[in-house]
Amino acid sequence: MSDKRLTFKKRLHILKHHYRDKKMAPAFNAIHTFLFSPDDTTHSGAHVRGADDLKRTMNMVIMALIPVLLFSMFNAGYQYYAAIDVANNVSREFSLWESFLTWDNFWIGIIKVLPLVVVSYGVGLLVEFIFAIIKGHEVEEGYLVTGMLVPLIVPIDTPLWMLAVAVVFGVVIGKEVFGGTGMNILNPALTIRAFLFFAYPTWMSGDKVWVYQAVERTGTPDAISGETVLGALAQNHLAELNYSISDMFFGFIPGSVGETSTFLILLGGLFLIYTKIASWRIMVSAVIGSLVMGYIFNMVVDLGVISEASNFYGLMSFEYWKHLLVGGLAFGIVYMATDPVTGSQTNKGKWIYGFFIGFMSVMIRVFNPAYPEGVFLAILLMNVFAPTIDHYVVKANINKRLKRFKNATILPKDSDSRAEELKAETI
Amino acid sequence: MSKDIRIRKGLNINLVGAAEQTTAKAVLSNVYAINLEDFHGITPKMLVKQGVEVKAGEALFFNKSNPEMLFVSPVSGELVEIERGARRKILSVKILADKTQAVVEHGAFDAAKATSSQIKAHLLKTGCWPFIKQRPYDIIANPDTNPKSIFISGYTTAPLAANSDYVLQGKEKELQAAITALGKLTPGAVHVSVGANSNSPLSGLSGLELHKVSGPHPAGLVGTQINKIDPINKGEVVWTVSPQDLVLIGELLLTGKFNADRIVALAGSSVKTPKYFITKIGAEIATFLYGSGVNNDNFRVINGDVLTGSKSRPDGHLGYYNNTVTAIPEGDDYELFGWALPVFNKVSTTRALTFSWLNPKKKYDLNTNTNGEHRAFVVTGQYEEVFPMDIFPMQLLKACMIKDLDEMEQLGLYEVAPEDFALTEFICISKQPHQKIIREGLDLLYKEIG
Repeated sequence: MSDKRLTFKKRLHILKHHYRDKKMAPAFNAIHTFLFSPDDTTHSGAHVRGADDLKRTMNMVIMALIPVLLFSMFNAGYQYYAAIDVANNVSREFSLWESFLTWDNFWIGIIKVLPLVVVSYGVGLLVEFIFAIIKGHEVEEGYLVTGMLVPLIVPIDTPLWMLAVAVVFGVVIGKEVFGGTGMNILNPALTIRAFLFFAYPTWMSGDKVWVYQAVERTGTPDAISGETVLGALAQNHLAELNYSISDMFFGFIPGSVGETSTFLILLGGLFLIYTKIASWRIMVSAVIGSLVMGYIFNMVVDLGVISEASNFYGLMSFEYWKHLLVGGLAFGIVYMATDPVTGSQTNKGKWIYGFFIGFMSVMIRVFNPAYPEGVFLAILLMNVFAPTIDHYVVKANINKRLKRFKNATILPKDSDSRAEELKAETI
Repeated sequence: MSKDIRIRKGLNINLVGAAEQTTAKAVLSNVYAINLEDFHGITPKMLVKQGVEVKAGEALFFNKSNPEMLFVSPVSGELVEIERGARRKILSVKILADKTQAVVEHGAFDAAKATSSQIKAHLLKTGCWPFIKQRPYDIIANPDTNPKSIFISGYTTAPLAANSDYVLQGKEKELQAAITALGKLTPGAVHVSVGANSNSPLSGLSGLELHKVSGPHPAGLVGTQINKIDPINKGEVVWTVSPQDLVLIGELLLTGKFNADRIVALAGSSVKTPKYFITKIGAEIATFLYGSGVNNDNFRVINGDVLTGSKSRPDGHLGYYNNTVTAIPEGDDYELFGWALPVFNKVSTTRALTFSWLNPKKKYDLNTNTNGEHRAFVVTGQYEEVFPMDIFPMQLLKACMIKDLDEMEQLGLYEVAPEDFALTEFICISKQPHQKIIREGLDLLYKEIG
């Protein structure tokens, strides 16, 4: 180790002691521990500890999101130019290198997606730091993941001030009022998304917000469409759906910034399962849940219960497994349903919790007339139910113990009669 | 009769510096000390004053709440110091050993012909009672209770801990005498466990129910075995004795003398030649630590194993219940981007750029760094992977933290001891002090209910 680094480490060490017990200590420590993992040693209990801490755990989730973010930056541009092509009736052959991974596309990502990330992190971390300093606790790492999730689940044209307001609301009301990271009931990223949805519905739904400039160009000769697959299905615009299954799977479709590529989300999910960071139980059961609900709707259509004229025909007849390829379902299942704080905490509970997230997502998706996506509402709803699910799972364990207790014959305290009995045995 | 117990959930922490199976004689310690912290929940009342000569096996103090329970001196010599802390609380009692040892003679005691109350009285009088512990609460057994069974674990799985099979070699007679006596104290069975492929002297004894245990740590912990064999219900009491203390009890019954000899494993990566030493309870750790050579100055001496032992110093003294002393490097240094870089030299149960899963046999040189800061509980489902009991570990910890007595009871606090939560504490991402939380929970429950 060079002398220079030693002195830097030393200097920070001296500063840490300088800040100790001062108001700014949490802010300093947050930056210090980002650079150097601390020199704390064990004081009670086990003298050695495992390698993982919360920073490492959160970092894994961010790593699983990076490919999705990069893809979304290219897709931002690709959807923009593709919509212009459609408006001008130009048809182009798709090629990954020539029409997708281009600098022009990426530039749109840089000017539209990157600012969302910067605002999300900047505002969110600022709120976290302020709360840590006021309440005198360390800055916890929860927002590192939330801050990355938020820009990926909003429409691309979301104004930055709107995002900033929502982030402040989500972090304060969604998390800090409950006591900070680890204590919240609702997923903070989804709280932010829900706030945006209910506060600014015109910016969050419809068929214009999903593609860069689609809103601005409305009513002008340059108008372009920004309709998502789900939007088209909900409007029964079945003829307009000219996306192939591979388009949907790889994500070359409009939608919220980062939700489109089921392929990369799948890779991210496998990475999280492999590193044992996220619960495979939740992911698997949520996929099963959505397939079951989708299949039920398909059966309803097959039985001829509803006609083609029905409002729900488009989405109900959508093949059940394709629900996983469009909209935010896959993204929600992999990155948001698996949030350990707001999800079910018992292994059995995770199966139930996940299943209903998948089940409800598809149900809300089909029946919500205003907005054809249900995953964020389904997860928020199940966040509320997760403690109840856990309560019954834990209750089963308690009942098992009670039953054992009832069947046991409790011995009396060692009395004289007992001593006599033992004496009789020995003689 | 033998029953097999296979534990699947758990984690073996393989560390550098396991004690080689050879035994050397430790240098005789000048001063011996009884550390009162070893007897959790006991308020001592001194029987001898400073400056008085005592024999080995002579009572030093008794339990204030049960005057019959005596605690005896491991050696003969002069009581040189009663170390006191805040509010005159006694911290330790120190004895300067004589050159020639005088021992209190109790005379041989045939447990097979005695009643349970006679055995109890004899063990209390001779200072052997404190070796018997009880669950719930993980404290010295209350002699007035009637345990439904007694558990002895002869299977060692804790990292670097003294191997029971090795330290018990040739002690069959003493073990048998102690087990015969213990068998009289319970209407239930004396459950003894040994490793599945071990040559433990315990497996050839009579008057016990033998269990063959296999699997990773904490399979060797007596709490795990109780949970699998005969779990504790509310109102029930189970006694536990560690096998090396059985030898001491057995020898007292056979010879009438309290012999504080103990074979201790000196282990850990800071020790140059880790091996076993024969010494006595209360001996100064330096008497065998430096003889084996230490690798550098910045190390921690642990009275016990790395997961459950207590922090000590080279001039500290061997604990009353310990037969392992571990020395590992202190980890009081920073690590640049320690949270982000791949980790090859530490143990982890995840694969979050941690690579200990690649080679489960590899031995690690862990230090005392916490590898992160204290956080709220965030991640779920990780404790369950290393916690084999039929208990929800995180829910129980949380119940203890919010001091909800009903929930603590319902979730199974009666069945656990702090040591059962050492492994969950080791892997805890939020670096929560699990053993402390459980200890405080048990103390609260004992105060309010027990």
